[in-house]
Amino acid sequence: MTEANAQQGSPASRETAPLTPVLTRRWLSPESWTLSTYEQLEGYTALRTALRADPDQLVELVKSAGLRGRGGAGFPAGVKWGFMPKEPSKPHYLVINADEGEPGTCKDVPLMMADPHSLIEGCIIASYAMRANHCMIYVRGEALHCVRRLHHAVREAYDAGYLGTNVLGSGFDLDIVVHAGAGAYICGEETALLDSLEGKRGQPRLKPPFPAQAGLYSCPTTVNNVETIASVPYIVNGGSDWFRAMGREKSPGPKIYSISGHVENPGQYEAPLGTTLRELLELAGGMKDGIPLKFWTPGGSSTPLFTADHLDVPLDFEGATEAGSMLGTTALMIFNETVSVPWAVMKWTQFYEHESCGKCTPCREGCFWLAQVLERMVDGRGTEEDIDTLLDVCDNILGRSFCALGDGAVSPITSGIKYFREEFLALCDRNEGARGTQDERDDKAGEHGRSQAGDPALAGAAR
Amino acid sequence: MTVAPEADTRPVPEGHVRLTIDGVEVDAPEGELLIRTAERMGIVIPRFCDHPLLDPAGACRQCLVEVEVNGRAMPKPQASCTMTVSSGMVVKTQRTSQVADKAQQGVMELLLINHPLDCPVCDKGGECPLQNQALKHGRSDSRFRDSKRTFAKPVSISSQILLDRERCVLCQRCTRFSKQIAGDPFIELLERGALQQIGIAEQQPFQSYFSGNTIQICPVGALTSADYRFRSRPFDLVSTPGVCEHCSSGCAQRTDWRRGRVMRRLAGEDPEVNEEWNCDKGRFAFHYATATDRFTRPMVRDAATGQLRDSSWTEALRIAADGLMAARDSRGAGVLPGGRLTVEDAYAYSKFARMALGTNDIDHRARAHSTEELDFLASTVVGTGPGDGAVTYADLESAPTVLCAAFEPEEESPIVFLRLRKAARKGHTKVFHLGQWDSPGVEKTVDIVGSGSPIHSGGLLPCPPGGEAEMLQELPAEVDEALCRAGSILVLGERAARVPGLYSAAVRVAERTGARIAWIPRRAGERGAVEAGTLPTLLPGGRPVADAAARADLEQTWGLERGALPVAPGRDVDGILAAAASGELSGLLVGGVDPNDLPDPGLAEQALRSAEFVVSLELRPSAATEHADVVLPIAPTVEKSGTFLNWEGRAREFGSTIERTGAVPDCRVLDTLAVEMDVDLFTQTPAAVSGEIGRLGSYSGRRPQAPRVAAPSPPRPGPGQALLATWRQLLDNGSLQDGEPHLAGTARPPVARLSAGTAGRLGLAEHQPVTVSGPAGALTLASEITEMPDGVVWLPGNSGPSRVNRELGVGHGALVELAAAEAPSTSAGPSTGDNPARPDNPAGAATQLGSSTGPGGGRTDDSRTDGGEG
Ligand SMILES: Cc1cc2nc3c(=O)[nH]c(=O)nc-3n(C[C@H](O)[C@H](O)[C@H](O)COP(=O)(O)O)c2cc1C
Ligand code: SF4
Ligand code: SF4
Ligand code: SF4
Ligand code: FES
Repeated sequence: MTEANAQQGSPASRETAPLTPVLTRRWLSPESWTLSTYEQLEGYTALRTALRADPDQLVELVKSAGLRGRGGAGFPAGVKWGFMPKEPSKPHYLVINADEGEPGTCKDVPLMMADPHSLIEGCIIASYAMRANHCMIYVRGEALHCVRRLHHAVREAYDAGYLGTNVLGSGFDLDIVVHAGAGAYICGEETALLDSLEGKRGQPRLKPPFPAQAGLYSCPTTVNNVETIASVPYIVNGGSDWFRAMGREKSPGPKIYSISGHVENPGQYEAPLGTTLRELLELAGGMKDGIPLKFWTPGGSSTPLFTADHLDVPLDFEGATEAGSMLGTTALMIFNETVSVPWAVMKWTQFYEHESCGKCTPCREGCFWLAQVLERMVDGRGTEEDIDTLLDVCDNILGRSFCALGDGAVSPITSGIKYFREEFLALCDRNEGARGTQDERDDKAGEHGRSQAGDPALAGAAR
Repeated sequence: MTVAPEADTRPVPEGHVRLTIDGVEVDAPEGELLIRTAERMGIVIPRFCDHPLLDPAGACRQCLVEVEVNGRAMPKPQASCTMTVSSGMVVKTQRTSQVADKAQQGVMELLLINHPLDCPVCDKGGECPLQNQALKHGRSDSRFRDSKRTFAKPVSISSQILLDRERCVLCQRCTRFSKQIAGDPFIELLERGALQQIGIAEQQPFQSYFSGNTIQICPVGALTSADYRFRSRPFDLVSTPGVCEHCSSGCAQRTDWRRGRVMRRLAGEDPEVNEEWNCDKGRFAFHYATATDRFTRPMVRDAATGQLRDSSWTEALRIAADGLMAARDSRGAGVLPGGRLTVEDAYAYSKFARMALGTNDIDHRARAHSTEELDFLASTVVGTGPGDGAVTYADLESAPTVLCAAFEPEEESPIVFLRLRKAARKGHTKVFHLGQWDSPGVEKTVDIVGSGSPIHSGGLLPCPPGGEAEMLQELPAEVDEALCRAGSILVLGERAARVPGLYSAAVRVAERTGARIAWIPRRAGERGAVEAGTLPTLLPGGRPVADAAARADLEQTWGLERGALPVAPGRDVDGILAAAASGELSGLLVGGVDPNDLPDPGLAEQALRSAEFVVSLELRPSAATEHADVVLPIAPTVEKSGTFLNWEGRAREFGSTIERTGAVPDCRVLDTLAVEMDVDLFTQTPAAVSGEIGRLGSYSGRRPQAPRVAAPSPPRPGPGQALLATWRQLLDNGSLQDGEPHLAGTARPPVARLSAGTAGRLGLAEHQPVTVSGPAGALTLASEITEMPDGVVWLPGNSGPSRVNRELGVGHGALVELAAAEAPSTSAGPSTGDNPARPDNPAGAATQLGSSTGPGGGRTDDSRTDGGEG
């Protein structure tokens, strides 16, 4: 237990839930990514079971297991699969969202690196359940190594008869295509992903029609996260009761929490949904160097910040929401007391400004504006009025944007100001009334009219 | 629509839902977008990206409203331009909802943070949706204290269109228009976030015949035309509705002018015809009317010098009348009015020929024509219109099948093209083309790619040029079956006159399948001229010359003695020219006719030279005025009133836009001329003519028989020979396009097209120039390998050096000789690259107006006088 946690001192921390290695079970095996390791460790057994079942039975199984999407929104996977038409008049597609762009999120790439066949097996079962003969895995372009590994694994699966025509003699055909994106956060949004996959500019599509009606190439399509689909073989083998034995009523199953930042042992920790940060910190060896916790994200930067007051919030879909944030991708970014909140918020906002796809006004213009105000504040040239402006601009973005990126972009700002307003005010106090004139600011502006904030590290250390 | 103050107890009409907007109950058709329902109630929700003719985008977020469905309030405000009505919905707009109002104000503020303070110098200022809505729905101050994003000021995206990225609000109207409506996706969004911008690909300018529409629908001043940029402020302009004079589409248009000068033209709205679009020719080609060489005074040929000299109207009319009377009384005079007249003017020519010259030697078809066509017009076309079963735009849109034969919609009638594309895009219409190659217009009406899955409708039915009639009689079973579906349409274009047997075959196919025939001529005046009887066998109102009762009827209305009208059918254009050339005719009365448009320009010039007396009614110097004894100036369309009949037979009336210029319409000139000849035409004004046409009514007797001409097989090209396929491009050497170099820069570069097989046999390398020769001479153009039948070469009819009638002396379907040319052709490059209009890198530095938009390719200044009437 770290100093940080010790200070918060909670009796509940003694009965921590243990790790539940399900998806991560094979990760430490030698050459875990090879087909032979996979097969030795129960690999492709669920597939054989699944192919003997009726596709609709599998949909029912996933429904009754209560598996919820691991890509951020937590939509029940079985329900989503149920939206696919039963009679294929057009080709059906399963698309795996392996774009993993949410800041702090690091679970899908490790999974595909360590155990690609579990994803492939999940893809085959899910495709069979949804009567899809084509499955695409859309991988974040930067994860080159991961793309190679997937290609290799897919080739192995073809050679072993798990893919291609007449999978394991079942009469079911499936082709998997591994596709590398070009590195845009928005291409993780499922409809932008589909456009990107079609070779178009990655921008979110208008819904309806939803992908199940008209997705990839206007055909019925289901988009699922890597972790969602990789969970499926275990559910087929273990059954829904086994799955529901982990986690909580409405958020059952195990979950890979990716913990980064100021902890002793950052990494992926697979634990039942509903595990608290206090418990996870214990697994991760506590706060780094014992410096106390200041703030953290429960599910990536798009989920409102939590503070040390939230150590005991059960990290499942309901728990995180009730406490005023969201479970997101269970990307826990942990920050200790040395970090300036306005600085961190500025960095995140710069990310959103850079990643806004540009389609809609609130997010495109709003992020551009917010980033400049924050840069100015961190640079010691902010005013109290700027704080009001920030909040009001956030209000004009949240729920007004075309897609959820805009909503996510305001999370760090609104929650940062909510919990750490005085830090923002303190920056304004440093302004000494010497707000630069417009001319001075213009002098600093570059081609795109942007002045860069001062050295962020200094800004952080200034605390 | 029903708007009731209290809960409406009447049943909801079939196919409708009842909802409440701002406290008022309203019934709306299922599927209607909220923003439209509100608009019908008089509630205007601000918007930028929304456009009723484009697929919804939901991009600008300006139109947010609060919505309650099934009694539950939706957590976020919704875009009213993307959400459809549903039963029991409760909608609160900015008028009744704080949330909606704040959301709208917020979006407006955000749209303005990066918007430059250009309003005082912006073309759009004064008619700018952003400016207007900012004043109405925006904050009075801005809280934005930081630095605006800046871009280099306007970049050319074609020789005509300039883009100011700072002003752009990224509504995607322009890109959606180009992708969805025009099918020319040559502008796209580039980059992302606040750097997102409209742009073009590096090697591909925004080359579209419809590009001007993007300027009109751009809700800000981001898109401007080189032609109009900085010329005026909207509030200084007078807007006059009118009709485009170029093609037979019949677009409604708006002409904006100031102090007697036209500053710009825009598409007018007419849902039945052009919806809200027009083509770039209609929009930008109007400078011909103010060309410096326009005639303002009559001229007569000075006997001493042989040169034309200015004269008074009195003198000119006297000389013209004397000369024409002498010609009439000698061996007769023929009349060539040309295909660009209003119905009223054409009627005056028709009446003049019969009454003043006593002849049926009159034919407006200043292009290839045939007797078969004449019979087809008399039997099938004349006297029809939208009211009585003739094919309309709406019919094209709802037809299960449209087969275009010898017709190139995008080049010849751009709005027909847009309708065909719209029909195909909806997925209910199959469009087939009987032609030679997958031209852009063919491709865009049969392969629709865009949002959603690609649609493949219909296709090209390739045949050798001249083989269209034969092909029509042996249609593939699939096409034949498709044509048998009720509501199907068979379209014939101008070059059908070059294909013997095609009209006859079309009539037979129509009889057999039940498909209706639409005849779509290229020029704006052609359809009306058929009604006016400027044809050797037809009198006004479709009365056959050969029908004594019809003649008697006309004699009565015209106040003539019984038997006064000439009885013998007249000569057609070819006949009149041949007769004039050989001395069988003494005089010619010529309207807007350019020899280059005629199948045999040489014969036309010889006729003009040989005729003893020539009177020319013209706007500007032409081959006719060069030989004329008297030139009488007439008013361009913009300075007169009148009516065009578009291809549907729909009357497109227009008033005069620029008044009191002293220019008079042809009908008035002819009226006065006739008076000098002691004949009263009563055609002083278009209104008078129009009244007379109304009183006259149309022919009610038996229609002449449809033609039954056999279709000969096209000749077989021998070694070194090919069959010539050719048609006119929309933007070409036509003289009505003179004076607008930016428009000319967007013309398709002239190339000769042939198949890989044909090129291989010639030993022709890719893009290597090829020389095509015919009886009159040869022309050389860069070649482009195109998928098309072997043994065929395609040339643009009148583009750049490719003036097919003049240089070759033959037309579509004829045998020509082919040879690889050594030297590269100077005036034409390959169709990609090389366009002088190619703009600088869109992300690069500002491009100055004058420097980047000099005269474009495809046309040189000297094409003015011999460029063809268009
Ligand atoms: C801006 C944005 C980025 C997203 N990025 C990802 C991502 O990288 N990976 C992912 O699985 N889902 C991402 N999502 C969520 C997807 O849109 C979608 O909900 C998810 O892939 C569905 O899969 P699931 O139901 O299995 O969770 C993103 C959503 C948004 C709005
Ligand atoms: S909120 Fe709008 S601008 Fe931002 S990513 Fe989504 S669609 Fe693009
Ligand atoms: S150029 Fe005009 S029409 Fe095109 S996106 Fe920008 S504002 Fe919209
Ligand atoms: S389509 Fe024809 S009528 Fe319409 S604007 Fe173009 S040239 Fe004029
Ligand atoms: S008008 Fe509705 S989002 Fe643009």
